[in-house]
Amino acid sequence: MKKKILELQEMVKTFPGVKALNGANLNLYEGRVMALLGENGAGKSTLIKVMTGIYKRDSGKMTLYEEDVEFQGPRESQNAGIAIIHQELNLISNLTIAENIFLGREKTSFGKIDWKGMYSDADKLLKKLKVKHSSKELVGNLSVGEQQMIEIAKAMSQNAKIIVMDEPTDALTDKETESLFSVIRELIGENKSIVYISHRLKEIFEICDDVTIMRDGKFISEKEVKDITEDQIIESMVGRKLEDQMPRVEVEPGPVSLEVKNLKGDYVNNVSFTLHEGEILGVAGLMGSGRTELAKTIYGFYKMTSGSILIGGKKVKINSPEEGLKNKIAYVPEDRKKEGLILGLSVKENMSISSLEKFESNLKTLNKNDEKDMVDSYISRFNIKTPGMAQIIKNLSGGNQQKVAIAKALMTEPKILILDEPTRGVDVGAKKEIYDLINELKKHGMSILMISSEMVEVIGLSDRIMVMHENSVTGVFTAEDASQEKIMRCAVGLKEDNDE
Amino acid sequence: MNNQTTLEPSQKKSFILLRNKPFIGLLIFAVLVSFMNPRFLSASNMLNVLRQTSINAIISAGMTFVILTGGIDLSVGSILAFCGAISASLMASGQNAFLAIAVSLVIGGILGMLSGMFISYGKLQAFITTLVTMTLMRGATLVFTDGKPISIGFGDNTSLFGSIGAGNILGIPTPIYIMAVVYGVSYYVLNHTKFGRYVYAVGGNEEATKLSGINVDKVKTKVYAISGVLSALAGIVVTARLFSAQPTAGSGYELDAIAAVVLGGTSLAGGIGRITGTITGALIIGVLGNALNLLNVSSYYQLMIKALVILAAVLMDRKSKK
Repeated sequence: MKKKILELQEMVKTFPGVKALNGANLNLYEGRVMALLGENGAGKSTLIKVMTGIYKRDSGKMTLYEEDVEFQGPRESQNAGIAIIHQELNLISNLTIAENIFLGREKTSFGKIDWKGMYSDADKLLKKLKVKHSSKELVGNLSVGEQQMIEIAKAMSQNAKIIVMDEPTDALTDKETESLFSVIRELIGENKSIVYISHRLKEIFEICDDVTIMRDGKFISEKEVKDITEDQIIESMVGRKLEDQMPRVEVEPGPVSLEVKNLKGDYVNNVSFTLHEGEILGVAGLMGSGRTELAKTIYGFYKMTSGSILIGGKKVKINSPEEGLKNKIAYVPEDRKKEGLILGLSVKENMSISSLEKFESNLKTLNKNDEKDMVDSYISRFNIKTPGMAQIIKNLSGGNQQKVAIAKALMTEPKILILDEPTRGVDVGAKKEIYDLINELKKHGMSILMISSEMVEVIGLSDRIMVMHENSVTGVFTAEDASQEKIMRCAVGLKEDNDE
Repeated sequence: MNNQTTLEPSQKKSFILLRNKPFIGLLIFAVLVSFMNPRFLSASNMLNVLRQTSINAIISAGMTFVILTGGIDLSVGSILAFCGAISASLMASGQNAFLAIAVSLVIGGILGMLSGMFISYGKLQAFITTLVTMTLMRGATLVFTDGKPISIGFGDNTSLFGSIGAGNILGIPTPIYIMAVVYGVSYYVLNHTKFGRYVYAVGGNEEATKLSGINVDKVKTKVYAISGVLSALAGIVVTARLFSAQPTAGSGYELDAIAAVVLGGTSLAGGIGRITGTITGALIIGVLGNALNLLNVSSYYQLMIKALVILAAVLMDRKSKK
């Protein structure tokens, strides 16, 4: 028998111009993992924020242990036993692990911090979570995955009964994901309840017991995971049928457009590869394998120390992103919020920032009508959902932000497009649109270098796949030849079987 | 499927109101003062306020560029003094007025550019770099002037120079025209040129701007150069008005300029703000000083009142942004 401990009913929350929640429900049961699913912009994060008191709800009812509650802030919900692990980690990198875990709740005796007790308690938690660090380590020295574990340790140290995880595996390697799952199973064994938000459906089937699906701020359905299929979930999330997820488009590849020979740099060790027109070269590898660094070195953000880059057969020297763009290379960064976009500026200003020369007339005036027309054409071509091009980009959903970031790169009219995790943190519907867009570009002869941590994506979309490990290339496969196992072997540094 | 959300009209309206908040505050304040002392609204007093405001306003325009990129420029007062002294000594030695003005502006620009290069290419902090420039140039001014005012004296060349600070065109003091031109050009540059867009972009997110293929170092160097040129321009106006250059001119002006920018709603973190806000901010400071004088408030209290007004304005601004 499932025991309901938390119930949210008919939640409504309005922001200026947007109804973020419009009748959202959520039930939590003791000792079970509830998946909360929906496209980006469906209202999942808002619902969590309303639940934990970060936002004040307009209307709706919340019951915790059969008692009506309305938290006035995160501290109140924390005291009531609800911990939340946000998508963006909230750790202070120049403090130690233990200091972070107990931040604001430091153990003291007679006003003096009890360092010994704090460190030993923290170490116990770390051991439980299989984090191989002393709690005296600075958080800044940890990988993203490890930092995620510290957030979980923090939640555990608060003795939370309910733990909300907002896309916890987004930045984790497969191995880290595994250990996160074993921790979740342990927490469930202790009769805790977990809200699990993720875009990765496979994980839902692996770790969750129940699933709640939202769309456009509304509750759509609640089911037990064992009674639902992947297709049914996707259908109710997007409200429409999805065609084949990964339609690879067969294009006869053109001449070589980019050739990298023995490239060396601070973060790149002797990398060589070629890329053709109308070809997608996937770059696989684990976090920290040097994929992003390779991309940024080619783009001119990092210095190369030796080797050569040839574009269209001609040797080029690229010392800055400015020169990268001049050589018709465009790069769409992996971290939209930190590197891809200027969050305080509008959709229009973000999209045109790399291409303003195009709109300069005499007297250096920007021809704003031309700019608007151009931005407008990209908004409709990419189906970007925004109230208008003057909208501040911060207010768009992840998928639409990503489309703007790609549009920004394309507006520079590149011949070589480097996409770094193009669908990270993007909902299923937008993902499909981005795949279609990538294929469309390929058909028109674009050379695409696509870095991705999603195996299905790399294998499904690329013509060839290059695998990196510790800043070097450890294997290259054709699409037909590639399998998840083969790629993983190379990614962890094992040699290809048929390699001499 | 089309679930585009549209901006509700009410939101648009409140947004425009929000933008003009400093201006509304200024209007309310002016109305209040005019009731307390009718002389306040007289044309001659209004022109007086504008003329007095012009120096701070010219500096604040440059400061706006710098602060929009997320930087700060403490050296404006010292550059004002140094360039004022240069122009005075050139005039005193009988040089052409245009030459004196050009040399001062170029020197101001170079000084700003050097600060900017240390900050961008040298990756030093703006606060400390411009503090160095500020101290260095104050010292240089004292050395150059030997600690004494440089008097321009009266000659054929000086009447034109003097008219920059003390002259009138159609009954309106020249510095007001200069201020108007500075703001017209600044508005144009910030809102209608590529460079202006880059200024906002750098302040909004430097890393993303760099990755967008923009030479961030160049943008940053330029804004300090602009601030330097405008400080020099203010120095020329001050010198021309007094007909002499004071070695201590411009002391503390950096704080008034920063106050004007912040009062105008520009974020010290960069990326957000408007040049029209800055002129309003400068006018608030000018009107406040003028009004308190008319109301016979002692200058000691004036400082305290000014501080509280700035605090109140910034608090209000913060609340409305939440």
